Amino acid sequence: MAKVPGLFKGLGVTLSTMARTLTKGSNTVQYPHVKEAPPIRARGVIALHQDNCTSCMLCSRSCPDWCIYIEAHKELAPPRREGGKPRQVNKLDRFDIDFALCMYCGICVEVCPFDALFWSPEYEYSEPRITDLLHDKTKLSEWMETVPEAPELEAGADKKKK
Amino acid sequence: MSSLLAVEIPYWGQSVLRVLGGLVAVLLPAGTIVYLFLFKMMSFMQSRLGPMEAGPYGSLQLVAEVGKWLQKEDIIPDKADRKIFKIAPVVVLVSTFLLVAVLPFGPDAWFTDFETGVFYALAVSSISVLGILMAGWASANKYSLLGGLRAAGQLIAYELPMVLAVVGVVIQAGTMNLQQIVVAQNSGAIFGFEALGNPFILTQFVGFVVFMIAIQAELTQTPFDMPIAESELVSGYMTEYSGFRFLIFFISEFATAGVFTMIAATLFLGGWGVPFAWFGWTGIDDVSNWMNLVGPVILITKMLLLTFIVMWVRFSYPRFREDQLQRFAWKVLIPVSLVNIMVTAVFKVVM
Repeated sequence: MAKVPGLFKGLGVTLSTMARTLTKGSNTVQYPHVKEAPPIRARGVIALHQDNCTSCMLCSRSCPDWCIYIEAHKELAPPRREGGKPRQVNKLDRFDIDFALCMYCGICVEVCPFDALFWSPEYEYSEPRITDLLHDKTKLSEWMETVPEAPELEAGADKKKK
Repeated sequence: MSSLLAVEIPYWGQSVLRVLGGLVAVLLPAGTIVYLFLFKMMSFMQSRLGPMEAGPYGSLQLVAEVGKWLQKEDIIPDKADRKIFKIAPVVVLVSTFLLVAVLPFGPDAWFTDFETGVFYALAVSSISVLGILMAGWASANKYSLLGGLRAAGQLIAYELPMVLAVVGVVIQAGTMNLQQIVVAQNSGAIFGFEALGNPFILTQFVGFVVFMIAIQAELTQTPFDMPIAESELVSGYMTEYSGFRFLIFFISEFATAGVFTMIAATLFLGGWGVPFAWFGWTGIDDVSNWMNLVGPVILITKMLLLTFIVMWVRFSYPRFREDQLQRFAWKVLIPVSLVNIMVTAVFKVVM
């Protein structure tokens, strides 16, 4: 018998939840019609800032399931200062991320020394076929537009620049 | 039923009316319960909206679901006992249809005016155990077998308190005829006060609570859903069923919920009737003809009220363990209902 008050309390919880849903609306939204804005640091998709990428392969090598494919070739760029030697830079030929394999651990974003990879909260990129989830560098660069401005991780700290 | 609404109906007409009425009386409450409670109320209690796309506020969702089930492949496992596998869901559904046969919906709107209606209803309701055992056994699946055996153990255990809870009502009304139980409640008076009638929920409250708990278990709704336990037995005896056979199980689950709560409403809340004192009726023969139309509405309203409680409890509580479930039936409900019978009998003799 000692459990009886708890039982009625439980019934009260469900009933008050129902009353709240009926009067103030539900906690959920009707997805295709209404969209929730994900949190600013949500791990939706990985975006690529091509100019920062040096093809150092750190992201590809640190990826736990090897879903980043990078190919590059060397090119000569004009010297930084007047009269200097032309610089050798790596030009990206291919930068693909297979989102069918990606497990959104974010190690590539963490490990990138030149801030070429960013988290974007964009989440609507499902495909009817699994092979279509392999996205190339143009697509990854388009997602840069959806990357929000990075928040200060603590007061006065440098922000990660796009 | 022969002179419903003062119109003489030939025998074949009555038969057609009875079949149609039976279908409506079983399927309409089932559909209403599924949409109103299973889809909408459960969603609201979990702070979501439930189906909203099919029809206004998702009211056609059930039609879509039925369409989905009907077009699914009918799979029968290789080692299943094919004949029994096919019969089992029908047995379960038929027990529901048999139950509705004794329910009175109005002064003349009944299917059969059965002298021992309560007895018949309680006896017929246990046929579904047979169907469930058949389904569990014939599926050739260990989960199904476990589910079927658990269902058998549970339904038999909770049949007893249900019967014993009804005995109190039968003693007080002095009849086993459901129609006369309704009349006894509506023409009764509480200490000479007639405006409420004398619904047996007031005098038989213990019996009512025991009966509601027992039908919760009979319907295998959640605190007592050990036999179908989705999370451990993969829906128990229904595991191997798909397509329209599963649909039959699904319909019969909620149709039985509707019929059982209608029986509860008839036994404890005054059934189809309003207190006869309101209109100056003295007995069943005085009751106006329009009650044949209003009666079913009143009965269904009371049924929805009781189903609301059943579903509310279902959505609120976690599952009993098997031994707790059996102990609760044998050590709590049966003694309580026996004491209830004794007290009722003593009062009946004394007063």
